Amino acid sequence: MIIYGTALLAVCHLLGIFLGDLLGAALGAKTNVGGVGIAMILLICARLWMHKRGLMPAQTEMGVGFWGAMYIPVVVAMAAQQNVVSALRGGPVALMAAFGSVLVCAVCVNLINRSERDVPESDWDPEAKARIQPHSV
Amino acid sequence: MLDLLEKTAKHNGLVLAFALVGLVMLVSMVLSKRLTMGRVHGSAIAILIGLGLAYWGGIQSGGQKGLADLSLFAGVGLMGGAMLRDFAIVATAFEVQVVEARKAGMVGVVALLLGTLLPFVVGASVAWGFGYRDAVSITTIGAGAVTYIVGPVTGAAIGASSEVMALSIATGLVKAIMVMVGTPMAARYLRLRTPRSAMVFGGLAGTVSGVSAGLAATDRRLVPYGALVATFHTGLGCLLGPSLLFFATRALVA
Repeated sequence: MIIYGTALLAVCHLLGIFLGDLLGAALGAKTNVGGVGIAMILLICARLWMHKRGLMPAQTEMGVGFWGAMYIPVVVAMAAQQNVVSALRGGPVALMAAFGSVLVCAVCVNLINRSERDVPESDWDPEAKARIQPHSV
Repeated sequence: MLDLLEKTAKHNGLVLAFALVGLVMLVSMVLSKRLTMGRVHGSAIAILIGLGLAYWGGIQSGGQKGLADLSLFAGVGLMGGAMLRDFAIVATAFEVQVVEARKAGMVGVVALLLGTLLPFVVGASVAWGFGYRDAVSITTIGAGAVTYIVGPVTGAAIGASSEVMALSIATGLVKAIMVMVGTPMAARYLRLRTPRSAMVFGGLAGTVSGVSAGLAATDRRLVPYGALVATFHTGLGCLLGPSLLFFATRALVA
């Protein structure tokens, strides 16, 4: 049943947010600490555990998959309710912060990839290894 | 007649929001294909349109919640609100295959950590340079430089103002677009040839939209490898942003 997947997602979500609140209280932060991240880890663990026991039929997966696919539209709706009018006053901040971080990261990618020896293309077969569907954001 | 139509829309806010966002997505996908030959990802254009609508809504209503302040479009507030947003983000964790992820090995983890830390430091420094002095705002803008999801999630968790949140989203969005457009051009410099290099890139560049669109325009076969690491990026950022990075920033600022 499709609702099992959505319910699993909901339980992980609630538990993650709750644990995030607990962690926040324990750290004296008075805020939620990493609740969404914890929920994601819970969901990954739950999926692995259920997959091993064959408790994850395609129908159940669809109950989560739908919401994962709704991620972009939800982000679009989120963008549509931001205080853009005020943000535009700080325009150069966004531009400079973005440009700076892209530049620093590009240099870093170059430095790390420099250390890699050349691998012939036949050594990696994209069809076999790329089992996941990258969700295009 | 018009009154009835307005009543229908107002009483079905969330459903109207689904239809509206669907329309925005459709327009964006067409624009992406026709105008940019798929170079700029449709989702990035959709988010830009969303921000544009928020600007329009903000001007119209004079409120702080963009389009959602217009009573006709209140449903957008529910659809893009914290509850559904976090719900959808958690759901994306489902697409991560741990076995595949392990193949990235240490270098993927290092790239992920650097990809969270470096943009944060740059973003926070820029925020400081522009006169922001409170830890909450600096952290939120720094987190926005990680991805446009980490920014608002962090901001919401530590109580940033909507203005700073919008700025943080704008930062992440500008970054995503830069990665999308810049990756094919910088592919040689980035040495994007192998799965490992794509994973390093995915970890450092962050934004899934930027990475998947940028890699698709560079070498289609590299997309899953980059996206795989990048999927972890938002989770890691959401975990570190409101916690470790916020505490570190607060310690430095105070």
